[in-house]
Amino acid sequence: METCFHCGDPCLDNVIAHQQKNFCCHGCKTVFDILNDNDLSYYYDLEQTPGISPLQIEGKFDFLDNKEIATKFLEFDEQNTQIASFLIPSIHCSSCIWVLENLNKLNSNIKTSQVNFPEKTVRITFDSDVLDLKKVVLLLCKIGYEPYISLENFNAKSSAKDYSLIYKLGVAGFAFGNIMFLSFPEYFEVTEFWLEKFKHVFRWLMFAFSLPVVFYSSRDYFVSAIKGLRSKILNINIPIALGISVLFIRSTLEIVMDWGTGFFDSLSGLVFFLLLGKFFQQKTYSFLSFERDYKSYFPIAITRIINSATAKKTEEQTPVYELKKGDRIIIRNSELIPVDAILLKGNGLIDYSFVTGEAIPVTKISGDKVFAGGKQQAGIIELKVLKPVELSYLTQLWSKDVFNNQQQTPFETITDSISKRFTVGILSIAFLACIFWLVYDPSKALNVFTAVLIVACPCAIALAAPFTLGNLLRFFGKEKYYLKEANVLEKMALVDTVVFDKTGTLTHNHNNIITYEGIPLTADEEQLLYSTLRVSNHPLSRSLYAILEKNNISTLDDFSERIGEGVKATASSHTIKAGSYAFVTKEEILAKSNEKSPSKTTVHISSNNHYKGFYVFHNEYRKEITEVFKSLSQTKEVMVLSGDNAGEKSTLEKLVPTNTKLFFNQKPEDKLNFIKKLQAQGKNVMMIGDGLNDAGAIKQSDIGIAISENVNVFSPACDGILDASKFKNIPQFFKLSNKGTQIIKWSFILSLFYNLIGLSFAVTGHLKPIVAAILMPLSSISIVVFTTLSTYYFGNKILKK
Amino acid sequence: MSIIYMLLAISIVVAIVFFIAFIISVKNGQYDDIYTPSIRMLFEDELSKDDDNINPKN
Repeated sequence: METCFHCGDPCLDNVIAHQQKNFCCHGCKTVFDILNDNDLSYYYDLEQTPGISPLQIEGKFDFLDNKEIATKFLEFDEQNTQIASFLIPSIHCSSCIWVLENLNKLNSNIKTSQVNFPEKTVRITFDSDVLDLKKVVLLLCKIGYEPYISLENFNAKSSAKDYSLIYKLGVAGFAFGNIMFLSFPEYFEVTEFWLEKFKHVFRWLMFAFSLPVVFYSSRDYFVSAIKGLRSKILNINIPIALGISVLFIRSTLEIVMDWGTGFFDSLSGLVFFLLLGKFFQQKTYSFLSFERDYKSYFPIAITRIINSATAKKTEEQTPVYELKKGDRIIIRNSELIPVDAILLKGNGLIDYSFVTGEAIPVTKISGDKVFAGGKQQAGIIELKVLKPVELSYLTQLWSKDVFNNQQQTPFETITDSISKRFTVGILSIAFLACIFWLVYDPSKALNVFTAVLIVACPCAIALAAPFTLGNLLRFFGKEKYYLKEANVLEKMALVDTVVFDKTGTLTHNHNNIITYEGIPLTADEEQLLYSTLRVSNHPLSRSLYAILEKNNISTLDDFSERIGEGVKATASSHTIKAGSYAFVTKEEILAKSNEKSPSKTTVHISSNNHYKGFYVFHNEYRKEITEVFKSLSQTKEVMVLSGDNAGEKSTLEKLVPTNTKLFFNQKPEDKLNFIKKLQAQGKNVMMIGDGLNDAGAIKQSDIGIAISENVNVFSPACDGILDASKFKNIPQFFKLSNKGTQIIKWSFILSLFYNLIGLSFAVTGHLKPIVAAILMPLSSISIVVFTTLSTYYFGNKILKK
Repeated sequence: MSIIYMLLAISIVVAIVFFIAFIISVKNGQYDDIYTPSIRMLFEDELSKDDDNINPKN
């Protein structure tokens, strides 16, 4: 099969040949022409088939006509220059970067444009005398790079980035390097004239360099240690803070009293390594957002109809937040309804899958109530607003407590749990040694006491978790499983109950399996049905149309569609009806369809008023679910929570192990409460879901994972985002997170071993600065090497199978 | 030998200058995007070729 020169998709029914190249659609061809005419064809030399076929965007960005709205997206607006940044999810290759940075060739009024690839943004500077924001957006859409604009980036101006960790790391590294040079001469303990003369200068310089390390770089450790003490938790930062302060005080005393050189090098090295670990753990996916709420789903502005005094209707773009009760609004095809409203005009066919998980759209007629969060699927409708955005049903869900308290129950990390025992152990050793030397040789007591605290500073322990988890985070990221932060990984190892959503999580979003039951249709009937469905816009008609064999299209003599019931068509005195059972058979109240196929989505067919049979729509399950469930249920409890009706129960039961619990008809709130109940039983719950209907449950669970066909758009607030194509890897992810915890434990044993060596020096009173200066970096580096190697080993072994 | 004071001072000043340069570059966002420039740099040659083609027309 030919593939499209622009986007690389297979060209299905019609290949468009143009300039000896094949295109799958006119959109792709147009983009090619635009680029070609503007000397931008290098786009196609950089990468094979780099393009994205442009989507229909008619009217979608009309809200940018509203000056007030448009200015909110501008970063800079002065005289005739405006700067705006756009998030473009479809940026994926070097061709994208190139073409977006050469926008000025398409329109000379664009001055510069700069792409940030990891964040998938482009920053455009343009001449506002000639261009406006909407034109720039439309230009981007025209070449297939549709920006993603949502309420989310509407009000929040880009907040300043937090660089403090990098500064702290920089200060510590800078001081560490300089102090090392200055302390080097005295390591050899040579008594040389010049060294004796200058050593005081060197020592005081080291002291000066260590000041910013102690008072700036390591501030977080002190703050956290004090917080820990206040809430009576012995966290890992307490021995660290203790170690740092003892190091600093003793070193200062040593140089003041001229006892020795002090431990300034160990001190700065320690802080440097600790901060390095922290930095490493901070893997962020800048192009993903884990904090999305309903705002990112909603359109920014909506078309409002204004009846002016002259009885002339005008349309106006209004920000959704300004909608009031009684306003009349227009929703176009495939737009999201942002408010609860009453349908006034048009045929509503509303897909609530975001809110409820129901896969099949609901038909609404004039006078019916529609709820926020639904997606209109059949043409333009006019609505009357019932409640403003903040008060609508969907938004109410977000005002629940789960979404408000940011800090959920504090999680005790594996490092915290060991540091409890560690801190107690170290302090008792220090005191015992001190008491021993007080009796034996009081002059050494203080020396030994401080030496124990210095050498036992748990640098290696504090590094084990950040490096292990940081590495695993990167591994998962490569496998398209993006976690919000490192401790999600630790929590994952503790999970004992996994709850899945059904629609969109266990099933594919778009594919349906359709089977026919009843009297087989003749070729003529099938041809007529095919021609009939071709005209209908109902999603069921369209998916049925897609699976029927390609027939010749016969001209229809008569066609009528009754909203919510079905379609009827006549061709050469042959009538066919497709739709609900009642519509097809005209036995309105008898409606036997309910008995025949309870709670299944069906389309019934009759030919010349003879009932023929019906098509059943099944959700297509992901192929891997049997395997995934089997392997998960060995160690964990697995459940399915569905917002859908129980029609799929028997199908699902065949696919999953018998001990899997299935629950149907769960409203978003039921799901949330269900998770709460499990947690009350002491379970560690992981919730895997996809849509807004799972948002509450995802937030409530110990780990909420959003599964997504396209990771760049639409995912509720969660702890991690999993690309749907990697669904089959879920058991492996669990396995690897368990291994991660094990690696951390092994590292603890390794670092305790180093501590024992150090302690043996310390309690006997032999801790020299040079011993500390060797032991500390050695232990830190070997922990880093050990964790890195072992995570790579297990990562490759488990994930690359 | 007191020249060593001078040398120390110079070395520390040089080190601090570099350190300040680092802080400024972080602040200006030089390390925000460390991937795109590596790709952008490879376009340069092609661009100038394109420019040559366009300029005569203009």
